[in-house]
Amino acid sequence: MSLIAITEVKKRFGDNEVLKGISIDVARGEVVAIIGKSGSGKSTLLRCINGLETIDQGSIVVAGAQFLPDEVHLKALRLKVGMIFQQFNLFPHLTAGGNVMLSQMVVKKTPKEDAEAVARKMLDRVGLAHKFDALPDELSGGQQQRVAIARALAMQPIALLCDEITSALDPELVAEVLAVVKELAAEGMTLVMVTHEMRFARDVCSRVVFMHQGRVHEIGAPEDVFANPRTPELRQFLGVQ
Amino acid sequence: MTEFSFWDILRNLLLAARWTVVLSLVSFIGGGIVGAALLFLRIGARRGMRVLSRGYIQLFQGTPLLMQLFLAFFGLGLFGIDVPAWLAACIALILWTAAFLAEIWRGCVESIAKGQWEASASLGMGYLQQMRYVILPQALKVAVPPTVGFSVQVVKGTALTSIIGFVELSKAGSIVTNATFQPFTVYGLVALIYFALCWPLSKSSQLLERKLNVAHRNH
Ligand SMILES: Nc1ncnc2c1ncn2[C@@H]1O[C@H](COP(=O)(O)OP(=O)(O)O)[C@@H](O)[C@H]1O
Ligand SMILES: [Mg+2]
Repeated sequence: MSLIAITEVKKRFGDNEVLKGISIDVARGEVVAIIGKSGSGKSTLLRCINGLETIDQGSIVVAGAQFLPDEVHLKALRLKVGMIFQQFNLFPHLTAGGNVMLSQMVVKKTPKEDAEAVARKMLDRVGLAHKFDALPDELSGGQQQRVAIARALAMQPIALLCDEITSALDPELVAEVLAVVKELAAEGMTLVMVTHEMRFARDVCSRVVFMHQGRVHEIGAPEDVFANPRTPELRQFLGVQ
Repeated sequence: MTEFSFWDILRNLLLAARWTVVLSLVSFIGGGIVGAALLFLRIGARRGMRVLSRGYIQLFQGTPLLMQLFLAFFGLGLFGIDVPAWLAACIALILWTAAFLAEIWRGCVESIAKGQWEASASLGMGYLQQMRYVILPQALKVAVPPTVGFSVQVVKGTALTSIIGFVELSKAGSIVTNATFQPFTVYGLVALIYFALCWPLSKSSQLLERKLNVAHRNH
């Protein structure tokens, strides 16, 4: 059984139908890359999986639990899937450690000492144990994004959604973030990531989804998708003739 | 007729200035509490409450404070409720201050990046938790300079209460003038006292603002 089952999902903003019937199944431990032009609906799809947007039609089932647009179900869904954003979105008034501790204490009611222990472990996992007391302002973009990953991991999600998590970074900082993601993938974390890092998608991902105008235009193993693009749209996107 | 020395004038004005200070503090603190309640209704989940508080804010921002004072003083009198000037002054100033503070603070809450809401939601926090732990701590910091700045308007607003007979600094000014026939000296001193009250407030608002901008330089 798939861990995330997305079936015929439709989503519109006013007259603009952004997702026009998306179906993707993600198995446990899979790493799925979503590629596609800007505006093709990639972010919207991730936001629907995380419950940040409601869907108009279709269904999203995560680990057997159906997505329903009420507070209780949304919260359950968000506890199962973590999300990492392009702009990091760290809480600027809290230290790195505080960022990782907050939701554990507030949402899961974890006692402070335990939350701190988890936070130290997670920061260590992303190579930032020594930055526990640093404020987000004092960290580089790459470090901030790694704290954001630690913060999501601290909630022990069964899957992570990553929306262009290296797009806001200076080129020299991209590698350190991708290294963390690669390690997570190796440890068996289920990942769905929107990315422009084609090399990374090829090396690390088990499947690649090419989205075009709100639809899954092509889907397959990276070798196939990158080496033998079947549609002119994907060929154009990849820049091959 | 008794002779007023310069020091008599100043002493009388300073004594009255105490009431300006007290009225300002009461208005500001009371207005802050009512304003906070208004803010939560204004940005809360319930539509009816949002509309209601928006209407309140528009009403109080869209009419002169003077009219509000008259209505509090004479209006309640029409219903046979005898309102002393000090009470009418407090009520009107508190309600007026609340409307402006609620609006200032709403701007501060809305200035917090959308990503903060999304990140906290994606971590499983509910609306109140997001407010309490993520949004308000940041909004409060942003809110300090404009809030301190607005306190200057409150201090100056108290001058209007002289019209319904509350004896604060302005009213004392006209009383003393009537007794001394030295309007220039008296009102000059009145102006100086207001300035001494307001200038530190507006100056600290500026300084706080600058400090905040420096702290946010890296964003
Ligand atoms: N909250 C929103 N309200 C209205 N339109 C939106 C909203 N979010 C996204 N869209 C629209 O949906 C389309 C897809 O956006 P998005 O999912 O962000 O694409 P991508 O991430 O692939 O660049 C765009 O046309 C965008 O304008
Ligand atoms: Mg996007």
